[in-house]
This record gives sequence, C-alpha cells and structure tokens, in this order.
Amino acid sequence: MADDMLKSTNLPQNPERATLEGRNKFMGFWFFLGGETVLFASLFGTFLALRNSTAEGPAANEVFGLELVFIMTMVLLTSSLTSVYAMYHMKNNDPKKMQLWLGITVALGFVFLGFEIYEFYHYVNHYEFGYSTSAFSSAFYTLVGFHGAHVAFGLVWIIGLMIRNAKRGVNLYNAPKFYIASLYWHFIDVVWVFIFTVVYLMGKVG
Amino acid sequence: MSTTARKAGFGATLWDYLTTVDHKKIGILYLIGGFFFFLLGGLEAMLIRIQLIAPDNEFISAQFYNEVLTMHGTTMIFLAAMPLIFALMNAVLPLQIGARDVAFPFVNALGFWLFFFGGVMLNVSWFVTGAPDAGWTAYAPLSIFSEGHGVDFYAIGLQIAGFGTLMGGINFIVTVVNMRAPGMTYMRMPLFTWTAFIASVLILFAFPALTVGLFLLTFDRLFGANFFDPSMGGNVIIWEHLFWIFGHPEVYILILPAFGVFSEVISTFAKKRLFGYSSMVFATVLIAFLGFMVWAHHMFTVGLGPIANSIFAVATMAIAVPTGIKIFNWLFTLWGGSIRLTSPMVFALGFIPTFTIGGMTGVMLASAAADFQYHDSYFVVAHFHYVIVGGTVLGIFAGIIYWWPKMFGTMLNEKLNHWFFWLFFIGFHLTFFVQHFLGLMGMPRRYWKFQGEQGLDLFNLISTIGALFMAVGTIIFIYNVIVTQTKGQKVSGDPWDGRTLEWAIPSPPPFYNFKQEPLVRGLDPLWVEKMEGDGKIKPAEPLGDIHMPNRSFVPFVMSLGLFIAGFGVMYQGGYWILAVIGFAITAGSMLYRSFKDDLGYHVHKEDLEDEEGDGSNG
Ligand SMILES: [Cu+2]
Repeated sequence: MADDMLKSTNLPQNPERATLEGRNKFMGFWFFLGGETVLFASLFGTFLALRNSTAEGPAANEVFGLELVFIMTMVLLTSSLTSVYAMYHMKNNDPKKMQLWLGITVALGFVFLGFEIYEFYHYVNHYEFGYSTSAFSSAFYTLVGFHGAHVAFGLVWIIGLMIRNAKRGVNLYNAPKFYIASLYWHFIDVVWVFIFTVVYLMGKVG
Repeated sequence: MSTTARKAGFGATLWDYLTTVDHKKIGILYLIGGFFFFLLGGLEAMLIRIQLIAPDNEFISAQFYNEVLTMHGTTMIFLAAMPLIFALMNAVLPLQIGARDVAFPFVNALGFWLFFFGGVMLNVSWFVTGAPDAGWTAYAPLSIFSEGHGVDFYAIGLQIAGFGTLMGGINFIVTVVNMRAPGMTYMRMPLFTWTAFIASVLILFAFPALTVGLFLLTFDRLFGANFFDPSMGGNVIIWEHLFWIFGHPEVYILILPAFGVFSEVISTFAKKRLFGYSSMVFATVLIAFLGFMVWAHHMFTVGLGPIANSIFAVATMAIAVPTGIKIFNWLFTLWGGSIRLTSPMVFALGFIPTFTIGGMTGVMLASAAADFQYHDSYFVVAHFHYVIVGGTVLGIFAGIIYWWPKMFGTMLNEKLNHWFFWLFFIGFHLTFFVQHFLGLMGMPRRYWKFQGEQGLDLFNLISTIGALFMAVGTIIFIYNVIVTQTKGQKVSGDPWDGRTLEWAIPSPPPFYNFKQEPLVRGLDPLWVEKMEGDGKIKPAEPLGDIHMPNRSFVPFVMSLGLFIAGFGVMYQGGYWILAVIGFAITAGSMLYRSFKDDLGYHVHKEDLEDEEGDGSNG
C-alpha cells in the first residue's frame, strides 16, 4: 500500500482527495485558511481604525500611486490563473506541464514581490513614509507587509515542492501537497484584492 | 512488536516521548506540562493571597506583586487550563469516535511542543529581566510603557504557545469531521467530543485575533510601530478590541469541554442516557455562536456609547439561555437515575451550583449600567473564578480522575479523591465567595495593598485561609497520583461501567487503539451493546493491516527554533544572531519535513493477533 502512494500510474480523477491523508490535508487546510481570514480581518480592522491617523506624516492620497499597484494586482491575479492551469495538468497526470505552469506562477509571484519592495522603497525614500512615521504608516506596512510575507512564504513553498518532485510524477502522496499550495496561493490573491480596494482605492478616493 | 513487556530505560522513555506522535502519549505530555504550570500558577496565587492576608502587608514588593498577579492569570489560562483541556481531548476524543489516530499526528505533536516552549519562554522572564507586569490582559498603553523585557516575553511567549493551540484546534476539527468510525454519526457523538469539537472551532476563529494583537504589541515595543501610541495617532482601544475578540471566545474554549466532561460523568454515574442530548448539542453550538458577539462587555466603561453597550449587554444575557438549558438537562439526567457518588460525580454535583452562581453574577455584570460599579473590582475577580475554577478546573479534575484508568491503566484512590474534592471545594468557596462582597465594598482588583479599618480585613483573611485549603487539597491529589502510580495496580478496561467507545478497549489502549474499526449502533454505543447485545462492540471491518504514522523529532526541533529566535528578536543588537539561528532551525526543519517522504508504516495483522490475550474487552 505504501508503494501505491508513490506510483504515478492509474491515478484517480481527483488524486489530491483520493486518500484519507489527502482528504485530511484538504479539509485541514481549508480550516487553516478560515483562521487566516480572521488574522487578515483583524489587520484590516486595525488599518481601517488608523487610516486617517497620520500624525505629522503624509496621508494616503499623498503617497499612494495606483499605476504600479494596478499592475501588481493584474500580475497576482494572473498568477492565480496559471496555478489553476497547473492543477488542471496535475489532475490529468501531466507533471511536465504542471511544473511549467507552476514555474510561471512562481515567476509572476516574484514580479509581484519585486514591485512591492520597490514600492515600499519608493514610499520610504521619496515621501519619508517610514514604518514609525505615524500610526497610519505602521498599520499600512504591517497589513501589506503581512501579505507580502505570505507571498514570500508561498514562493518558497511552491519552489520547494517543484524541486522535490522535479524527477518524479504526480502521485497520491504529493498531489495533496501541490493542491493545498495552490489553495494557499488563491487565498493570498483574494487577500490582495481586498488590500487593493481597502488600502489603495479607498486611500486614493475616500 | 515484542509480546514480553520490558521495562524501558529512562533515556529510551525520554526519546519515546520527545518523538511521539501518538495522541495518547501527547495527551500525557499535555497533562504533565499543564499540571506543572497549574502548580506554578497556584504558587503565584498563594503569594497573592499571603500578601493580602492583612492590611498594609509588606510580604512582597509592589513590583513583584504586579509580576506575580500577571503571571498567575497568564499561566493559569494559557499554560494550565488550555493544555489540561488538550490533555483530555488528546487522551479521549479519538477513542470516543472510534478512530485509530488523529487527523494530523505530526501537527498534534508540534502543537504540544510549541505550547511547551512558549510556556518555558514566558517563565524564563523571571530569571533574566523580571516577569511581565501589565496584567494578563496587557492593556495598552501600560504594556507599551512597561520597562524591561517582561512584556516582550509575554508577547513572544504567548505567540509561540498560541500557534501551538491553533494547530491543535485544526487537528481536532478535522479529526472529528473525517475520522469517525462507521455508524458514528454527528448526533451519536458523545457530548465531550461535541464540546471539544466546538471548542476547537472557537480556537480556530478566536486565536488569530490574539495573534494579531500580540504582533502589534511586539511591533510597538520592539520595532517602533505606533499602533498604541496616541501621540503618533495610535489608538489604545484597538488592543482591547483584539484582545477581547479573542478573550471572550476563550472563556468558552475553556468551559465547553468542561461541560462535556460533566455530561459524560453525570450520565455514566446516573446510569441514564443524557437528558435532552440534542438540545445539549444545540445549546453548545449556540453558546459558541453567541460567544463571538459579546466581547465588548469587557469594555462597558471604555465609552463605546449607550447603543453599543446595550447591544452587547443584551447579547451577553442571551447566553444565559443556552447555558440554563444545559444546567436543567444535567438536573433532569440526575432525576430518577441510580446515582453512584464516585469522586468524578461529586465534582459534577459540586460544579452545578457553583457554576450557576458564576452564571448569575455574569448576568449581573452584563448589565452595562451596573457594571460601572463592578468594573475592575473584586466582584469581577469573584465572578470569573466562579466560572473558571468552579467550571473549568472542577471539570478538568473530574475528567482527569474519570479517565485516569483509561490513560494509565490504574485507578486513583477514591477516598483521597473525595478528600481532595472537599478541601478544594470548601476552600474555593471560602476564597472567592467573600470576594463578591469585597468588590461591592469597593476593593479594586490588582492592588498591592489595602488599608485597614475599612471593613476589608476579615474577608481578606477568610479568602487567604480558603486558598490554603485549596493548596492542601491539591497536595493530596499529588500524593494520590504518586501512591497510585508506585503501586501500579492495574484495572480492567471498563472500571466505571461506562457507556461510550473508549471503555470498550483495554486500559491503557494499544497504540493502534482499535484492532478493528468499531461499528457504532447508537448513542452511547457501548451501553447499547451492553443492553441489546453481548456487551462487546461489533467490528466494522475484518482484521487487517493497520496504517500508523512514523515517530518524529522534527516537531521538537521546529519549536525549539522559534524559542531561540524569540530571544534574538527581543534583545536585538548582537543577539540578532540568535534570531538568524532560530529561524534557520525552524525553516530548515520545515523544509526537511516537506522534502522527506513520510508514508508511515503498517502493523501486520499477524502481529495484532499475537496480542489477542492482553485486551480484556468489555
Ligand atoms: Cu466575556
């Protein structure tokens, strides 16, 4: 039976949920994301309470520019789509194409993260909008930084999975791992949509 | 699988427990860890009571008093009550649903080690900088301006322990949803499993709020953030909200499993099906649901305004309804039962009136207008000790005594158990009943000293005497444990004439729990078989190989890494190297875990049949 777990032939329709371990992982991870939702909700609540507490520092509509953030949004949304393709190929037992699409997902993730770092750098150096400038700046960097840290963690995670399974196919043991990594990636994407709306759009307009 | 039992050496046993992923052994670890911190918290309580034995006492200094009272609360809630509940959940829940294991054995072990290192971290503060001194609620801005690193130990220690709790919660949710034996429908689950399940859901949705609160506190104190600094636009009320959004559900995380224990105990020793089982389940779910929308009753005096206060007051009072349903269901279960006054049952009988008093003062405190008088007085202290000690602690001890034979295969001395109960119970009421009046007379909580000649002397003296009774009771319990375990007299698998699945297997159970998956044919499955069958649980599958998880040292190392990193983050400067090392250890062990295939192993059915003799089923 243990050998069956590592075999890549005759996979069932949904290899990520074919074993009890897989189903446990799948469900446990959904619950974990439920907890993560509360975590980000708390950060959003804190941010909303402090978004106008600029002290002597700059306000949201003085620092934020929407162009780069819009591009970042598109990049991350696209990476969610490419991870869907990867999962599609995983279910079709096509590990090469899965790795390819995961690779594209990771590349887009790096682009996003690079832009975010550039953006922070820009805020700090051009607007003197540092972490300790005001309660608003602390709340901003903490919320967006938590998201960025999640992206970075996701990148390490997916790259790890790609390297570990580079020389072997999809099997009942690694399919759930790939699947929950992609779930995590979608979650990060959804959180970003809220950040884009609540932090940037409302900061620019509201 | 050797059939001859050999006495393992100390080193081997230690390694066994350091690497175990067996929920029963993790339960024992939680029991030892939780009980150790319970004694520590109790010691701190004694220091508080001795300081307050007389007016103007100089027994301990003001600063030390602040540290002791902070650590008493923090230790009892996070390091004693929570892990002791996890001990019972680990020891019993998988057995009650007929599972061979929990859903995530590795994560389960990780949860324990995170709790352990978080607890150690908190207490290291005593030796290096002085313990946290801002109260267990660590309200800002007091916690921001507290000097030294005490509050940093609080924030980082609880953060690590909190991660562990969160993981434990997810593990038990998935265990209940996915791992139930054939026939074990949701509405056939024993009430302890139900309440543990709901408490786990509460953990999942409540703890992240604390996680964020602790992060903000850490960032403010260590990294120059301004969340709680009004001069930079910060808002101290955010901490109170986050803390109580976690903190109120936390009290239900503590009390619901105790309700579950009492439901099992009362039904077993009244020899009756639990009265109103489905309404008990419904009440549990309702309490959990309402528990999330009442947090601001801790903040009536903050100034949220009359409308917010009214809404939270009414919502809080509403919780008395499902709680009342439970009280009546227990009474009706007792009604007409053939009652056996075993010690767990006596704990249950002591619990009902005590908790009812705590519930009544809870409704009093929920009246926002009246709360302006009670707020931050000893009335509040009396109230929450009535529910937490009178509910949770009595429940934990009832559970420990009730399931002791299942966990260790031995039976605690009943006579000593009764002595323990009466000393503890009388001591408890002596300590806390008078505190209601101290509070109403205006004595504020958390004060180092009180003045004489204000009518506070006698009640404070009585309170301290009561605390001594509780201490003596606890010592008797420890004595009982030592005596029982040295004698090591084995009992059968079902010493209480139980009703639920865990009593159908040997005590202590084999590491795979059930040789064959049990077939559940009703609520109280063992009782069903005792009444309608031959008293033995029918198997749901033919004898086959059993899949088991591999042991692992990784959870220990992963947690150790965070422990080391915590010091680096706290002390910074040259100590950053500790953070680098610590996080590298944790990240490395995560990668190791991810990269190394861990498929578990199989126990072959031939080996199972070898052990046929030692399990006296039923
Ligand atoms: Cu509350």
